[in-house]
Amino acid sequence: MSTRTLISPATLARPRGRAAYWTVFTTVVVLFALAFLFPVYWMVTGAAKSPDEVTRTPPTLVPEHWHLDGYTDAWDLMQLPRHLWNTVVQAAGAWAFQLVLCTAAAYALSRLKPVFGKVVLGGILTTLMVPAQALVVPKYLTVADLGLLNDPLAIWLPAVANAFNLYLLKRFFDQIPRDVLEAAEIDGAGKLRTLWSIVLPMSRPVLGVVSIFALVAVWQDFLWPLMVFSDTDKQPISVALVQLSQNIQLTVLIAAMVIASIPMVALFLVFQRHIVAGISAGSTKG
Amino acid sequence: MKTLESPPHEAAATPLVQAPPPAGDRRRRRLADQARAYGFLLGGLVCFALFSWYPAIRAVVIAFQKYTPGSEPEWVGTANFTRVWHDPEFTAAWRNTLTFTLLALLIGFAVPFVMALVLNELRHARAFFRVVVYLPVMIPPVVSALLWKWFYDPGAGLANEVLRFVHLPTSNWSNGADTALVSLVIVATWANMGGTVLIYLAALQSIPGELYEAAELDGANLLQRVRHVTVPQTRFVILMLMLLQIIATMQVFTEPFVITGGGPENATVTVLYLIYKYAFLYNDFGGACALSVMLLVLLGTFSAVYLRLTRSAEGDPA
Repeated sequence: MSTRTLISPATLARPRGRAAYWTVFTTVVVLFALAFLFPVYWMVTGAAKSPDEVTRTPPTLVPEHWHLDGYTDAWDLMQLPRHLWNTVVQAAGAWAFQLVLCTAAAYALSRLKPVFGKVVLGGILTTLMVPAQALVVPKYLTVADLGLLNDPLAIWLPAVANAFNLYLLKRFFDQIPRDVLEAAEIDGAGKLRTLWSIVLPMSRPVLGVVSIFALVAVWQDFLWPLMVFSDTDKQPISVALVQLSQNIQLTVLIAAMVIASIPMVALFLVFQRHIVAGISAGSTKG
Repeated sequence: MKTLESPPHEAAATPLVQAPPPAGDRRRRRLADQARAYGFLLGGLVCFALFSWYPAIRAVVIAFQKYTPGSEPEWVGTANFTRVWHDPEFTAAWRNTLTFTLLALLIGFAVPFVMALVLNELRHARAFFRVVVYLPVMIPPVVSALLWKWFYDPGAGLANEVLRFVHLPTSNWSNGADTALVSLVIVATWANMGGTVLIYLAALQSIPGELYEAAELDGANLLQRVRHVTVPQTRFVILMLMLLQIIATMQVFTEPFVITGGGPENATVTVLYLIYKYAFLYNDFGGACALSVMLLVLLGTFSAVYLRLTRSAEGDPA
């Protein structure tokens, strides 16, 4: 608050400045509420309206009666428990695979000086230049050749090939002081032991960031699971929602949409401080 | 951060770690070290090889083949490229993708910048604004797309109700050939703006306050301060985000797939959508890979520029 921004504190302290400030402040609050909160409110209440009320013009701002059968129907008719479970399994597996394999690889590249390490790192960084979506078709064919279609491994293994997260980890490991690791070695700790009891505990912040990125990426993804899960029973919630949206009652669909949003929104509200700080910090460093 | 108190030569005297081993032993040790290093690397390497490097090569190979899963691929030269090129949807897809990218830049660029500029001046409820603006980003893209599809409904959709409420003529939104693409840009902007705003806010906060003070002493008014202090100070972040946004929006798929299905009259078919159609509707993997290669080359160029810029920024001590 003491930092100087575009408008000086002196200007704001004047009566006219203060009046202008509060006008702008109120306008922004109202605009934000309308633009970002109202659509969400509309979705949550829309699901609670009766099928007849939800299509009425002009619409009702508040449901006349709060119907919860939209939500219960969505839960049962659209088999949401199964699809939510599929999503959880896919996201958790991708997270675990990424954490184990990316951490190990980043540690090796950062600390174990493998021959051709520079070449390998270069190859990994080059994939940053190749936007993932442009390669979905050959990637799909590879997964098909490996017999992984309709298998959660089709999500888990490609998730490991995440150059961004791997590089994030490597850069963090690079910054750990050499003395600390050498001390561990002199105390007789092997490489795995050093990684587990020295490096990882020091890396909590970056592991947190990578974990959030990994979970969100799988939960939000659509095109890739759409391609690899043709079996309805295996589909994550994002794919199932779109597939079922055609022939289901509007209120039920909206309720399903609300339910599908809850986990990530809850994750965000719990970790918002870290997520917001992570985005802000990551950006200024490039 | 010295954890080892004893002088280094004393540690060297400990035979367990530091005794100079005979030459053969040393080579074996080095080999063992390398084996261990590659043991750690292996899992990651296999995944990169299978799901990143190999598909990139394979895209180029299949682009020159007639490829049907289960049967021998045939070499067909550039036939895939010419066939895709003459597809009427090809022109539509590229035109739509480029228009989409351009519109997303115009809307999704100016709006977050101004928003961040205003938010940075507000002294109250800062955490609230940050959370609210980022909320749509956390809603799954599929849900945002379905939500806006419902808003755009010509019957009881919220979008037209709002227009009626303020006595404006209603619109066909995503159902009209002229308005469909813009409608999708609005969805994408609404859903993705939060990240951009937060990054701008971080950049704005790193501007030293003295610069504004000096500008004010020189008699610069509000707009002049924005133009001569804020914009030059954040130019690097602006450029970075612009490139990232171009790369991201060129790969747009979820919104057209869910909301319009590429219609009406191909008005919202995008390149990635066309790739999907070639592979999964026409079963033409050669054509899909030919399109992928084209997209790859274009986006690869943008990415190379992006990486080049971030690298040179990293070399900067500032």
